[in-house]
Amino acid sequence: MTKQIIVPFGPQHPVLPEPIHLDLVLEDERVIDAVPSIGYIHRGFEKLVEKREFTEYTYIAERTCGICSFIHGATYCQAIEQIMNIEVPERAQYLRVIWSEYSRLHSHLLWLGLFADAFGFENLFMGAWRIRERVLDVLEQTTGGRVIQGSAKIGGVRRDISGEKLDAMVKDLDILDREMKDLTTVFLEDESVKHRLRNVGILSREDAYHLGAVGPTARGSGAAFDLRMTGYGAYDRLNFQLVTDSCGDCYSRCLVRAKELFTSTDLIRQAAKKIPDGPIDVKVTGAPNGEFFMRAEQPRGELVHYVKGNGTKFLARSRIRTPTLTNIPPLVKILQGCELADVPVIVLSIDPCISCTER
Amino acid sequence: MVFFEMTKTALKSVLSKPATILYPFEPAKKTDLSRGHVVFDGSKCISCGICMKKCPAQAILVTKEAKTWQIDRFRCIVCNSCVDTCPAKCLSMDTQYTAPVSVKGVEVFTITYVKPVKPPADKAGAAGE
Repeated sequence: MTKQIIVPFGPQHPVLPEPIHLDLVLEDERVIDAVPSIGYIHRGFEKLVEKREFTEYTYIAERTCGICSFIHGATYCQAIEQIMNIEVPERAQYLRVIWSEYSRLHSHLLWLGLFADAFGFENLFMGAWRIRERVLDVLEQTTGGRVIQGSAKIGGVRRDISGEKLDAMVKDLDILDREMKDLTTVFLEDESVKHRLRNVGILSREDAYHLGAVGPTARGSGAAFDLRMTGYGAYDRLNFQLVTDSCGDCYSRCLVRAKELFTSTDLIRQAAKKIPDGPIDVKVTGAPNGEFFMRAEQPRGELVHYVKGNGTKFLARSRIRTPTLTNIPPLVKILQGCELADVPVIVLSIDPCISCTER
Repeated sequence: MVFFEMTKTALKSVLSKPATILYPFEPAKKTDLSRGHVVFDGSKCISCGICMKKCPAQAILVTKEAKTWQIDRFRCIVCNSCVDTCPAKCLSMDTQYTAPVSVKGVEVFTITYVKPVKPPADKAGAAGE
């Protein structure tokens, strides 16, 4: 029997700025098992809910993640709105969809860049982030924040987008689409990229399903699972095709994200076309009394915000389950049997966001 | 199969302006809505303390007796909550970030607002005559 050795991966690793620690059990160069551990960046967000008013907690919920911040804020608001039976105006629902999809574009472009960096394609990394800048500019022009948008609030949204601005945004999407097309062609067609990603880190459809994979990790394995299909917010009035791929390797996960960029731009176009005029928020009075599980689709997968109110301004309990947490068991499964040199690419392929995971 | 796909992008990059700017020699891109830092106007503040209550980061301290308004810029998360809720509109959001400092500390502002004295009804009537 070959001697087994343990190689630590993280919490400080060049490929991943976020602190996840994996103990890789190796036999020669092959990974036999991986033991993950988290807990380096816990910030106690869920306890903080007892100390801050539920309206102010929106700003804190949003800061759970620095990449999909708007969706965190909007999901928390939707949970409270469900408890308090607040009817959100149509326009606000569409605006939430527009900002959510811009967040998705920004997150996927960020990930594509990081992924290119992980397989050693620096130029592509810079290219992806240059395009991402265009998305961040739109977010800053419409909400006031590049990364932390801060435009969701209980009962609606805090800012409106004017008709002219919406038209300009839709016009800009054409340029964005063209640039993204050039970028994704390299990701999906280039021989050296394909060679690095094909048949690396395979996750079967059954494993994805049984281990609870969510988001592009599940869709890359052929599990057609996207919460936007359930039609929360204004998603039920918009049409889109789910992107899935059946191979389940790193290339499939990359392909799903690359194609979802175009789904997002399409959704923004539809929303900008259908958005009705009207108020953007309703006045909220009283305090939430009850509990609700709100699920939403983040760029990385399913996000769950559990909120329990006790009739006072301070909530009794908040629980946030982020997609990376559920993607860790599939990650461990993928790592079993892979080569040590493939580990950085595989870890990045699930798009881990550890700060989100630990809250 | 695609070869030399990056050539187009590379040529474009060579021929176009740099995508980055030479910050701080060139100013950073800012929009009208950008949240930079909170600006306080002491001549309008009525010391109600709503900004202090609504601050999710507990960065603001309003002392009525000493007539001071303090902000800890290192705690402030620039969420715009205080600006939105201020009834006297003495707070506003500047689009530029605060300059870096070498010592941590709070910024203290003096509240100079003086409540206008309402003239008694009979006197006002006399003035009108």
